[in-house]
Amino acid sequence: MAFGTREAPSDADLPWSVRRSLPRGSRAVFEGKMLNYKGNWKGSVVSSVLEPVLFLAAMGISLGTLVDQGGRLDQGVDYLVFLAPGLLAATAMQTATFESTYPIMGALKWHKTFEGILSTPVKVRDLVTGHLLFILFRLVTTLAVFLAVMGAFGALEMPLGLLALPAAVLTGLAFAAPVSAFAAWVQNDAGFAALLRFGIVPMFLFSGTFFPVDQLPAVLQPVAYATPLWHGVSLTRGLSVGQLDPLLAMVNVGYLAVLLLVGVWLARRQFAKRLVI
Amino acid sequence: MAAELLGGTSEPSVSVEDMTEPASLTQDEAVVVTDRPGVDDLIWARGLRKNFGDFTAVDGIDISVRRGEAFGFLGPNGAGKSSTMRMIGAVSPATDGRLQILGRDPATDGPAIRARLGVVPQTDNLDQELTVRENLLIYGRYFGIPRAQIRARADELLDFVQLTDRADDLVEPLSGGMKRRLTIARSLINEPELLLLDEPTTGLDPQARHALWDRLFRLKQRGVTLVLTTHYMDEAEQLCDRLVVMDKGRIAAEGAPAELIGTYSTREVLELRFATGENESHADGLADLAERIEVLPDRLLLYTDDGDGAATAVVERGLRPASVLVRRSSLEDVFLRLTGRSLVE
Repeated sequence: MAFGTREAPSDADLPWSVRRSLPRGSRAVFEGKMLNYKGNWKGSVVSSVLEPVLFLAAMGISLGTLVDQGGRLDQGVDYLVFLAPGLLAATAMQTATFESTYPIMGALKWHKTFEGILSTPVKVRDLVTGHLLFILFRLVTTLAVFLAVMGAFGALEMPLGLLALPAAVLTGLAFAAPVSAFAAWVQNDAGFAALLRFGIVPMFLFSGTFFPVDQLPAVLQPVAYATPLWHGVSLTRGLSVGQLDPLLAMVNVGYLAVLLLVGVWLARRQFAKRLVI
Repeated sequence: MAAELLGGTSEPSVSVEDMTEPASLTQDEAVVVTDRPGVDDLIWARGLRKNFGDFTAVDGIDISVRRGEAFGFLGPNGAGKSSTMRMIGAVSPATDGRLQILGRDPATDGPAIRARLGVVPQTDNLDQELTVRENLLIYGRYFGIPRAQIRARADELLDFVQLTDRADDLVEPLSGGMKRRLTIARSLINEPELLLLDEPTTGLDPQARHALWDRLFRLKQRGVTLVLTTHYMDEAEQLCDRLVVMDKGRIAAEGAPAELIGTYSTREVLELRFATGENESHADGLADLAERIEVLPDRLLLYTDDGDGAATAVVERGLRPASVLVRRSSLEDVFLRLTGRSLVE
């Protein structure tokens, strides 16, 4: 084909998108995000190795020695073993949230790169899917490193513990989708400060990452049980310490899956509201 | 292929004989252009409307843009040009009316239409964190073009917009003119049949504007249909075969630049500058010398087909303006007559 060809339009000449081979639009969006990521992957690799090592060493071993002197946890495991899956799930939450806030607002509002992409055959839903594919990549790589460090610290029950990886990845995705919708909903990044202050940080501290939720005052316990991070931590921990309650695990997976699906629906809707006007 | 086209060889490899009419269109139907699009109408709109809440941005316009044309939307800020362009670009749904782009309905065939369009938006939305070349590579991927093909095409396009030596630099430090040229190169990555340019040269210095015009003119020569919005009259006169003047969401006038000047203005304009404050008082005494006279704070404009004759007549009446200028009527005169001199923002 060439510029301004005078042939009548024929479907056979049209690119993929027109012939409804759907996944390619989201794949191109994913490729675009990877091309951006290429510029700063070194920093993110260093931090994804260093952070778990530091956290597990400082809190798991040092603080853990104190905790373990005070009495055993319900699961009868060392504090390090208890803490590690909590941090794994919390890292999933943080990575997914970070990647779904500023980058989304930037592409939507500041640089308008989404607008440029939508001038091509790519559809709004491809933007959402492509973004989530990239989050999936970030989660799998970051959390696999974390899991390896956990193994090195002896904080992983094998082989069931390996399933803590998909559990934590699901936790991260369950955050990424609704947070992306949120990022497309707020008008400026002040909304992100509020999200961190009233959502992410309290969840990180009180949703079972550092101590069992039943240590909380009775009135606050239902709130903690209702948070997505608690479900992520519960599932991840059940797998990594090798003490899985199948019924609870099903509730956890169901909760996170529903959050992911509702999040995808909200994100598509909100992206369209901002972009297709 | 792109190489010969971009290289500027003039071999007419694409001939008119290649043009085949879709079988479903009989000759009779093609003639009735008011009711349905003709075969050569790449853009066809009837009663096209766009509302944002209570605000009507586009108020029921009719447009036909034919293959190979350079078509312009002229109008002040807020006239509805960009809203129209976004509807034509199949990214913004029309509120009402009928619209066909490349023979398809954007409401149902958006991706199919966008696959064959090139879009240069009003504000550059390049990926600032990528290099010049990477911007082209990834954009081609959004069209589903194989990587090797995009790479070859990207090199040709970078050459075409004279950015080859900046290919591996990041976008961010580039000048406004370079970014604009890169955006144009990006819009050509899918070898579009129809190129939509929303204020392509706004904010550029004269050198950059002329460089861009030159590239656009070459594209036009190669058969690309151009549709652009502008509020620069010289740009419209340089580039457009046909244009519409839009005002407050409606089409105020339509035609070739020369036709519009012929219809809405006189052949020449005599500009007279009297001493400060005296301009208005002279207007009545000179009204009979022109078809139309316009009083501005600093000068009088006499619209007439014979500027020199009118100037002589002014002097014969014993008047001594501080300056006398006879010039040809321009699109700007048409524009100001149709859309007024007051600011609408």
